Amino acid sequence: MAATFASSSSPSLIDTLFQRSLDDVIRALRSSSSAALEAAAIARALDEIRREIRSPDLDTKVVALQKLTYLASLHHFDMSWAAFHALELLPSTSLPHPRAAYLAASLSFHPSSTDLLPLATHQLRKHLAPSPSNSPALAAPALHLLALASSPNLARHLAPDLLPILSSQSSSNLLRPKAVATALRALAVCPDAAPILFKPLVECLSLSSDPRAVSAAIGAFCELALAAPDPSPYLPLAPEFYRLLVDSRNNWVTIKVLKIFSRLASLEPRVAARIVDPVCELLRCSPAKSLVFECIRTVFSSLLDHDAAVRLAVDKIKEFLASDDDPNLRYLGLQALNMLGPAHSWAVEDSREVVIQALNDTDTNIRREALRLIMVNLCDSNVVDICNMLIKYAIKSDPEFANEIIDSVLATCGRNVYELIVDFDWYVSLLGEMVRNPHFAKGDETERQLVDIGLRVRDARPELIHVARNLLIDPALLGNPFLCRVLSAAAWVSGEYVEFSRNPLELVEALLQPRTNLLPPFVRAVYVQAVFKILAYSFISFIEQIQAGESLAIGNSLNQRGKQEGSDLLAAKSSSDQNNAFEIGHGVATADNAILFDSIEKQEIFKHESISCLLNLIETVVGPLSECDEVEVQERARNVLGLVLIIRGTQFWNIEEEHELTRDNKITKIVELMEAAFSEELGPVSTNAQKRVSVPEGLILNENLSDLLDILGDDGISPCASVSFSFRNHHPTETNKDSASAIEPNSLLSEHRKRHGLYYLPMDNDKSESNDYPCASEPLLPVSHGEDTEDIVKLPAQSLIPEKEKPTRTRPVVIRLDEGDGVLSANLATARESKHDLLSGAIRDVLLRNEKKPSSMHETSPPDRTSQRRENDACENSELISQQKESNSFGDREHGNSSSRKSRPHHKERIESSEQNEEKSHRHSGKSSRHHRRHKHRQREDAPLDIVPQAPVIQDFLL
Amino acid sequence: MINFVLLISRQGKVRLTKWYSPYSQKERSKVIRELSGLILARGPKLCNFVEWRGYKVVYRRYASLYFCMCINADDNELEILEIIHHFVEILDRYFGSVCELDLIFNFHKAYYILDEILIAGELQESSKKTVARLIAAQDSLVEAAKEQASSVSNMIAQVTK
Repeated sequence: MAATFASSSSPSLIDTLFQRSLDDVIRALRSSSSAALEAAAIARALDEIRREIRSPDLDTKVVALQKLTYLASLHHFDMSWAAFHALELLPSTSLPHPRAAYLAASLSFHPSSTDLLPLATHQLRKHLAPSPSNSPALAAPALHLLALASSPNLARHLAPDLLPILSSQSSSNLLRPKAVATALRALAVCPDAAPILFKPLVECLSLSSDPRAVSAAIGAFCELALAAPDPSPYLPLAPEFYRLLVDSRNNWVTIKVLKIFSRLASLEPRVAARIVDPVCELLRCSPAKSLVFECIRTVFSSLLDHDAAVRLAVDKIKEFLASDDDPNLRYLGLQALNMLGPAHSWAVEDSREVVIQALNDTDTNIRREALRLIMVNLCDSNVVDICNMLIKYAIKSDPEFANEIIDSVLATCGRNVYELIVDFDWYVSLLGEMVRNPHFAKGDETERQLVDIGLRVRDARPELIHVARNLLIDPALLGNPFLCRVLSAAAWVSGEYVEFSRNPLELVEALLQPRTNLLPPFVRAVYVQAVFKILAYSFISFIEQIQAGESLAIGNSLNQRGKQEGSDLLAAKSSSDQNNAFEIGHGVATADNAILFDSIEKQEIFKHESISCLLNLIETVVGPLSECDEVEVQERARNVLGLVLIIRGTQFWNIEEEHELTRDNKITKIVELMEAAFSEELGPVSTNAQKRVSVPEGLILNENLSDLLDILGDDGISPCASVSFSFRNHHPTETNKDSASAIEPNSLLSEHRKRHGLYYLPMDNDKSESNDYPCASEPLLPVSHGEDTEDIVKLPAQSLIPEKEKPTRTRPVVIRLDEGDGVLSANLATARESKHDLLSGAIRDVLLRNEKKPSSMHETSPPDRTSQRRENDACENSELISQQKESNSFGDREHGNSSSRKSRPHHKERIESSEQNEEKSHRHSGKSSRHHRRHKHRQREDAPLDIVPQAPVIQDFLL
Repeated sequence: MINFVLLISRQGKVRLTKWYSPYSQKERSKVIRELSGLILARGPKLCNFVEWRGYKVVYRRYASLYFCMCINADDNELEILEIIHHFVEILDRYFGSVCELDLIFNFHKAYYILDEILIAGELQESSKKTVARLIAAQDSLVEAAKEQASSVSNMIAQVTK
């Protein structure tokens, strides 16, 4: 009977007597050996808890809640369902009950999801009230819970209840620091509470306060000042902070004060001048590393104008970096150097060896920091040395760090449209080199940069195609899945800029080598398309050559070029001979190979036989691809085969005497057509281009587009990822306009250019410029794998420091679309900061009144409705305060200010003088209303004028 | 400010969690999973700082326990290391050479001690003596209340209720 009763939903005495304690549950959990057993034990415990927690007996309830708290905080079970039960225990008179309830609530309640806490408002208020019956053992957890979980409303309601604790002066009040922290959180969630809470917080800083309260208050101000988007409201407190900086013997307090000052010093140069001496003193003498480090950070963030301080801090950093036994100091030293930035790269240069040694540290975090530091200090004069060093170093380091190095080299060099790079030939070949790192896994970014440089930097194209050829020709790279993106870029480059290639036929062979079937289809498609372009180019060149020969216009220059290229290609041949090993299985390829190189050695670039071998090769290899499952590959393969057919179909192909056939109109037409198809140069696209296209009238973008299906259906447009650089005549907008676009892409493009000239690059501009640039030279980049780190350390002495000498080579034109690159993130953070704006606005109100300042600040705060309301609240609330505390003359001042606020600004100098008067009168504590009235009166008379808000804020004795 | 405090054992078991910034239950388990993977994997004699999602996590190992605190990027790491040490010393003083088991079976006590040291992610009490005094006072209050509750008359009153 009892058993059935116990298992039913309502708990009984039996339950109470045989309840398992928290210790029992913990033991059961610990004795369960496997995860499954543990899960079962937890499930059982949860079952019990669900039953027990509804018990009317509070002791049972408390134990259940404790068990639940344990499971929730250490095994991450949701306990929001039990929130109400926790609140039920708060009113209990037995001390352990509410304490357990507070613990459970503070661990599980969540400001956004806890909607039950307002139910406990009254209870919280009771526990916070200062009465002898109330023990701090309850007030402390109540404050704690408020700090963690209060909603804006609750904070507003309970803020007045914090006041008695906050403003009590007795040093035995152990709750005061806690109340300070709670007030800080209340201010953060509810800026409206500022008028009530801020003044007591400021008072905590005063001399008479308990050191614990001071420490807590400094922590709170530090938090507020760091979080505020504009810390200027805290400037009036600078004298207090300064006093603490000089007097405090507590390192924890000093660190916080330094943090505040590093924020304030950027606003007010006089503050910086004032704190330099104490900071240097601390730097020199403090034994505490944490404090020294904070001083260094303060100097680096806000005292950079003071050379002596910077030198001192850099010396300290050297000590940090030299501490071999403490990795923490080395890490922090590097991090601090990072703050200095490129303007002070001499500091990095001073510690160059240590920094480079740190690349070899056992700790990845230190290595990463050193890498970051080196990258920050890159400039156009040292980029070559350092990047070469890093890429060499990456070969020897572990895979993860190697990729981090590669990543940061790519990111830094590519930053802001390659602003660091002067020598693009070098950079392109560096890209080619880093790809060969065995751990290389940054294919996407490398692909993007290879293509991007091709588009933007005309002068880099010859080197680019050289690099692309080397990548394509190497059969070993094809098996690496990380490289397929890079190979895709290389293939695209080889097709697009084939005119810079010394031997297009060799490229075709590389693109069609057997191992390409290892590539994923989307890369294969790019390969086939590249073959298409190269074939078209070769054929056109061949025909042009014949035409030129026919008109007897072959100049000597051409012959000479041919010779030069022939000799270069000897080297190319020997390298590709090495590749023959894999080509042997492929009969056609080897047979063609011989003929191709034959033709090269005869110094004819395009011979009839070589073209026909090319056609054979393409037919043999691409033929099977026309049956490919992948649409992309299949479609492009068919394109290529179609072109081959067209070429073969010309009569000229069957007859040997060439001069007869060039008169064939058909050939001329084909050549014209193909030239037209590929003549338009691709350029980079501004990221804003789409935005600037205005929506035409009558076009509703959200309209269902299914009606268009039958119009577009015939064209068979398939959306494909590589539209931009593969099928340029299939641009969607063009197909809409004219179905004949495939035939005459050139005219359409030029029409498009005419119509939307804004989005095209100027045509003649870069052509004329690029002619002025010297030809790119061969870079020499010997890669020696055997070097030790010692060798790396033995870098040229100038490597990290920027040399100011003019580079010998002028930088090539890099096409850059001004508005597209990098101005997007202007107002990202504004929305997030609005709350802090509210808070600092409110604080400004309170503080300025507090410090007896004229109300010039009010004009700077936005005159919106909320701030108006806030100000009204402020008046009422601080009147209330002034009634509570008769020690100050706050109230009458209030009205003066609020009325003068309406009377608009006043002349600045007069304010300052009158303010000084006021200051004096305040300091002598003779608060004369007569003087005040005069002040107000004068304000009314003066003409409105804009006022710099910071200027009058700082009290003079600080300066 | 300190965003959260974690105590993780070498085996990856969580011994104490305290969240000063709002994290949902789901995020909490995710954070713990990520961080224990990150921190437990680090060998000895490495630096005590880990960068994580734009924050910094300062950790330190005492015996089999890792004490981790997550702070903002502009906070002082060395200061946090001192706070961790401070906390451990106070625990040690309270439990008398503290070990993992003490924290397992007295987990609420560990929370009370932590609450005396940190509130709302800020250091509250830098004196070990004061913390010890406060905790002792609370303990004696709670003990007195418990004694009263478990007195015989009280038991009888409960049973006959």
